[in-house]
Amino acid sequence: MMRILWNSFKKGILSRKFEKVSLPPGYEKTGGELHSLIKKKFGRSLHIREVAAGSCGACESEIISAGNPVYDIQRFGVDFVASPRHADALLVTGPVPRNMELALKRTYEAMPGPKFVVTCGDCALDGGAFRDSYYCAGDIGKIVPVAAHIPGCPPRPQAIVEALLLLIGRIN
Amino acid sequence: MNIEDILKELTSGEKITPDATRWLAPEEVHIEVRPGDFRNACLFAHHKTGSPVSSLFAEDARAADGCFYVRCVFASRHEGRWLVISARLDAAAPEFDSLANDIFSAAFFEREVSEMFGIKRRGAFDTRRLRLHTEVWPEGFYPLRKDFRPPEKCGGTGLDYAFRRVEGDGVFEVPVGPVHAGIIAPGHFRFSAAGEPVLNLEIRLGFAHRGVEKLFEGKIPEAALAFSEFVDGEAAFAHSLAFSMAVEKIRGIIVPGERQRARAVLLELERLYNHAADVGGLATDVGFSFPAACASVIKEGLLALNEKLTGSRYLKSFNRLGGAALPPSAAADIGAGLAAAEKDFLVLKETLYGSVSFMDRVEETGILPHKAAVELGVSGPAGRASGIAADLRADFSHLYKNAGFKPAKQEKGDVLARLNVRVAEFEESARLIRKFCCPQGQGGDAPPAAARPQSGCALGWAESWRGPVLYWVRLGENGLVERCKVTDPSFQNWEGLAQAVPGNIIPDFPLCNKSFNLSYPGNDL
Ligand code: SF4
Repeated sequence: MMRILWNSFKKGILSRKFEKVSLPPGYEKTGGELHSLIKKKFGRSLHIREVAAGSCGACESEIISAGNPVYDIQRFGVDFVASPRHADALLVTGPVPRNMELALKRTYEAMPGPKFVVTCGDCALDGGAFRDSYYCAGDIGKIVPVAAHIPGCPPRPQAIVEALLLLIGRIN
Repeated sequence: MNIEDILKELTSGEKITPDATRWLAPEEVHIEVRPGDFRNACLFAHHKTGSPVSSLFAEDARAADGCFYVRCVFASRHEGRWLVISARLDAAAPEFDSLANDIFSAAFFEREVSEMFGIKRRGAFDTRRLRLHTEVWPEGFYPLRKDFRPPEKCGGTGLDYAFRRVEGDGVFEVPVGPVHAGIIAPGHFRFSAAGEPVLNLEIRLGFAHRGVEKLFEGKIPEAALAFSEFVDGEAAFAHSLAFSMAVEKIRGIIVPGERQRARAVLLELERLYNHAADVGGLATDVGFSFPAACASVIKEGLLALNEKLTGSRYLKSFNRLGGAALPPSAAADIGAGLAAAEKDFLVLKETLYGSVSFMDRVEETGILPHKAAVELGVSGPAGRASGIAADLRADFSHLYKNAGFKPAKQEKGDVLARLNVRVAEFEESARLIRKFCCPQGQGGDAPPAAARPQSGCALGWAESWRGPVLYWVRLGENGLVERCKVTDPSFQNWEGLAQAVPGNIIPDFPLCNKSFNLSYPGNDL
């Protein structure tokens, strides 16, 4: 216990320290704006359910990274939840293989409204490198309605935050 | 026993005379046997090399040779060489004798060959499909045949997947997935339990099947190299390395030493960030948040280092055929990045090993016995934790051998053993990186253009952080990829997880799962 306390004290708050070192200068500002918008429009917190639909894993890795102590997306009011029943938004990665179509649809249907879907990563836009596959849906829009897209392969954590800000700014 | 002796004995003892024997490279020999001898030749090679089936796949060569081929790959570890046994199969009604009754490590490969090529296996014990789920894919469409046309309308066969059933008083099933609670790829787990302990676990995968092998076909090698990085994003570099090695072998490109070292540095950096994340994952799964956070900080630092060196956090778009050179500032950046990562890793390690309640959770949990691991063909850290000291770096690479590399090994096969292996490998990788990047030159000259013909086939390999990644590539006369067989270690290792879980309670499953941390996209392709 003492070791944990001592080490966490020694480390300090990384999100601030790290910003001075290498986070792009706008990160805190973007995050701050996102925070106030979420406060206004979502009653303080935006809950996201992530569904990996055939992604290569790097998109997930970056989404997880957005929650690490450096980027700490949670402090802006964004939370990743374990069940679609708790979610406001669905974040989908990957080119949606046929085997995932039904699961994706059911996950969406299990969410309470109002709800929206965001796609994350080039694969999820139009299949990306897997566009010509015999086994991918290609267009997620045919399965669930998509509100916005986060480009990148994979998108960096800060790109995820920026995209969420843009999107939420548009929602009434 | 050396491959030469095995071949001699195959002829004298087993009375199987290969129709053709070809050395494709000093470390890769191909033999072709008659279809009726295929099974016995493979069994013989399996016993003599002590190797599980490292890969087994088919090839549609009806246009060129008027037949299908089935090929089986074994590793002769002590001499660092590969043995590939092939047989021609009839073009109209291809079939071969199933190996899986005698060599379990062939079982999943055979199912794959069947559904992708429509090749029958005589005497197979498991005829279920693997990736083309019967719910969505009709009968009679074999994607890897050259004359494949996708079905106009997709619909299932109407058949449900038959899970193994456990019956008896109080036995119940717990289905989990394909969508999991965390931020993770899809898969389905079917637990049968009576009271607390799990009696049986069956894993059904294929949800992330994207048709990778088909998409490789028809690409120029440079484009295929870029594509190989999409197969498994967390092992992007290992996959691109294995692919590029296969093409370099075919084209006769020699990669200069300096560039080989640069590749080794990146391969180890990939291992570092993933091993750190895995160790943290174990902490997450027992609800121990401080070390979990500590691990994610290590990972973030290493991803930032990756970006500095290659422009990509996941080491993508950097590898080239013939190798690529690190920037001149690499040694300094790596030195600083490693020092920070090692310092935090020490804190992480001390916190975990110093916590009685954490140790209590990981010790004796999820044991994969040595014998089971051998028979299933489990490889990588999971295999090494169950006493299999196989590591392509130690067995096949002169670079690593000269650097004094020794694979980490544990005997017990529990979650703790797999943790120990990762911790040891993290430390060893850091040492190797320092060693490989210290004699900094300018990356050596780019290798001369290919002198040898551009078509042919070869096996490329890399020991990724999850275990051996194999790429068997054929380039056609036109220089394009004609067939690319990807073998990810997870393909064999998932069954290892299924065998390690029974006897444990369901709440310990996440821990067991994380200690293996296998790839869904690499398995599903
Ligand atoms: S967009 Fe790129 S990183 Fe994301 S899943 Fe697709 S290939 Fe992987």
